[in-house]
Amino acid sequence: MDNIAGTKSSLTWAVNISVIALALLWIMPTLGLFISSFRTADQIATSGWWKALFPSEQNLVLRADDPEGNRVERAGVYVVEGQLFEAGHSAEISAWGISSREISAYVPGETADLGDGETLTVQADGAYVWTGNADQLSGRGQRIFVTATTPPEFTTANYNRVLFSGSTTDGMANAFFNTLTVTIPATIIPIAIAAFAAYALAWMDFPGRGLLIAAIVGLLVVPLQLALIPLLKFHLGIGIGKGYLGTWMAHTGFGLPLAVYLLRNYMVGLPRDIIENAKVDGATDFQIFTRIILPLSFPALASFAIFQFLWTWNDLLVAKVFLIDATGETTVMTNQIVELLGTRGGNWEILATAAFVSIAVPLIVFFSMQRYLVRGLLAGSVK
Amino acid sequence: MHPAFQGLITIVLGVGGCLGYFWLSNQFLDKVLFPARGKDIGKNINRANMIRPWLFLLPALLALGLYLAYPVFETLRLSLTDRVPIPGGGGAYTYEWVGGANYAQMMNEPKFWEAVRNNFFWLLVVPAMSTVFGLLVAQLTDRLSWGSIAKSIIFMPMAISFVGASVIWKLVYDFRPIEQEQIGILNALVVSLGGDPQTWLTVPFWNNFFLMIVLIWIQTGFAMVILSAALRGIPEETIEAAIVDGANPFQIFFRIKVPQIAGTILVVWTTITLTVLKVFDIVFAMTNGQWETQVLANYMYDKLFRAGDWGVGSASAMVIMLLVLPILVWNVRNARKEMR
Repeated sequence: MDNIAGTKSSLTWAVNISVIALALLWIMPTLGLFISSFRTADQIATSGWWKALFPSEQNLVLRADDPEGNRVERAGVYVVEGQLFEAGHSAEISAWGISSREISAYVPGETADLGDGETLTVQADGAYVWTGNADQLSGRGQRIFVTATTPPEFTTANYNRVLFSGSTTDGMANAFFNTLTVTIPATIIPIAIAAFAAYALAWMDFPGRGLLIAAIVGLLVVPLQLALIPLLKFHLGIGIGKGYLGTWMAHTGFGLPLAVYLLRNYMVGLPRDIIENAKVDGATDFQIFTRIILPLSFPALASFAIFQFLWTWNDLLVAKVFLIDATGETTVMTNQIVELLGTRGGNWEILATAAFVSIAVPLIVFFSMQRYLVRGLLAGSVK
Repeated sequence: MHPAFQGLITIVLGVGGCLGYFWLSNQFLDKVLFPARGKDIGKNINRANMIRPWLFLLPALLALGLYLAYPVFETLRLSLTDRVPIPGGGGAYTYEWVGGANYAQMMNEPKFWEAVRNNFFWLLVVPAMSTVFGLLVAQLTDRLSWGSIAKSIIFMPMAISFVGASVIWKLVYDFRPIEQEQIGILNALVVSLGGDPQTWLTVPFWNNFFLMIVLIWIQTGFAMVILSAALRGIPEETIEAAIVDGANPFQIFFRIKVPQIAGTILVVWTTITLTVLKVFDIVFAMTNGQWETQVLANYMYDKLFRAGDWGVGSASAMVIMLLVLPILVWNVRNARKEMR
């Protein structure tokens, strides 16, 4: 911590350990959901996700193949031979039994006496041999209780189901495109409007400028909740009702204060000389803005764009109020997940996968553009 | 028309319209209205320069006025009226003036007071814990070689939606009867320590804190980023002087560093306070206000879109606005001070 005064090793250790602990604490919940999204419903229901990375010991109830069609006669006795596990599913049996009261009565390789000459042998890899007379080997296959260690197993079936099955209740594909449709115009349009306003507030002198800037700082904190009814009323009144257009307009309005504030603060810091030289050379304000200010303001534009993107992508309230109508066709991912929480509260494989589909895009944006996000936060921490 | 296509057209129209408007209006100003030629050339240039800022500002001011400023007053007005359907009006409504009746009705609802109480605890706990954790992580990772990795991990929840975070934490809080294997890590921990598994989200009062943890988890990264930059900005000499004087690391942190970043801590605190006042998604997705976890923002949503009571809904929105007002005034005063 304070290397200047010579390292205090015990303290350094404490710092390292506590940072590791905090980082683990912070990533654990997300990791849990991520791992769960690659497990089957059975796996999720029978063991915690933290056990998914290690081989797990499970108690399974399996059945030998039905004798009908599978039994062969050998030297007067009937035999059914087979494999307890499905192909491609490897596991190692550590104990097995034939009664629910004694599920680990035998070790692999041992032969169980089922009475009157009927026998059963189960190997560690799940291969079994079941012998007996015609009466004994009839009807359904023998129930076998096994204690087996299965290696970690992951599946992408959940993603297939959520993204490509086309199901309207579980599917996220439609909601994914709807979210994208909301997000992109709602990110780009405020930038275009705000950049001009920010330039005027930063580099043009006119009466009332200070007052306007103060008003924008004030609008930064006005809660969204106040805008819901009046705007819904307004949208219904002018006839655009619930839909994309209204949602884009709402997101633009709500994003503007931050956009103007961030961009103005950035533009004010640009060197005065460049702008004055350009003016002396006869450039108009419009030219100065498009040729000099906009390219120089790229970092601030990027910061705001990331904010607005994350905010519109993750938004639930604005979509619920201004976008999603009774048909539900324009549902966005956040809304879809909330519905899934209601209808499939216990189906973690679907929930986890759906949530991760919606989280993935912001996470990619976050990790690839973290630098701009941090810069934007530092510049606009009033909001 | 496919919505994606519609979106594309909107982008083109929106951005193109914006640029077109600015270009055309500037041209109009310079070439037609006040041309920079003839006998009034000096006067015209001055006049054009008086008007130009307003051309640049107009679209933003219109949008801000319509989407943020006007609703504040309209909500105030609606909170003093009742929405009454016109008989035979085909779904049209009239708004009848009722004075403070909506506020009175709201004050008589236990659910409202539950929301106020819960919001009070949210305001008390979330900004404090997020700031403390943020400061802690910022300080601990300051000189750590792998600090940026730890910071990235703690910052990451900022990118996750409140709804996504709700799903993430619902899995953490998942409950199974004691005879089954727990799949929620919290209950697994409790059971392994010999306790009984709990349905964390349905235990009144304490369940509020389990919801708050979700927001603390998200907001700590924000606090950390801002405070970490503030810590870096502290002049090295003050710390060196303290070390020379024999201060231990704790004294340096609490007596030298924290006082110097007090202003930033306050900004972080108020910013998170604003987020807390608006918190809706977490409660909506995790409990929907059941089991005594109602908060104001979700109460308002309930009134508006479930009960269809625009009057009481607007009244509760005004309560949120009232709570935000002190921060708004403080921010505006600070901004004006900075500008002078």
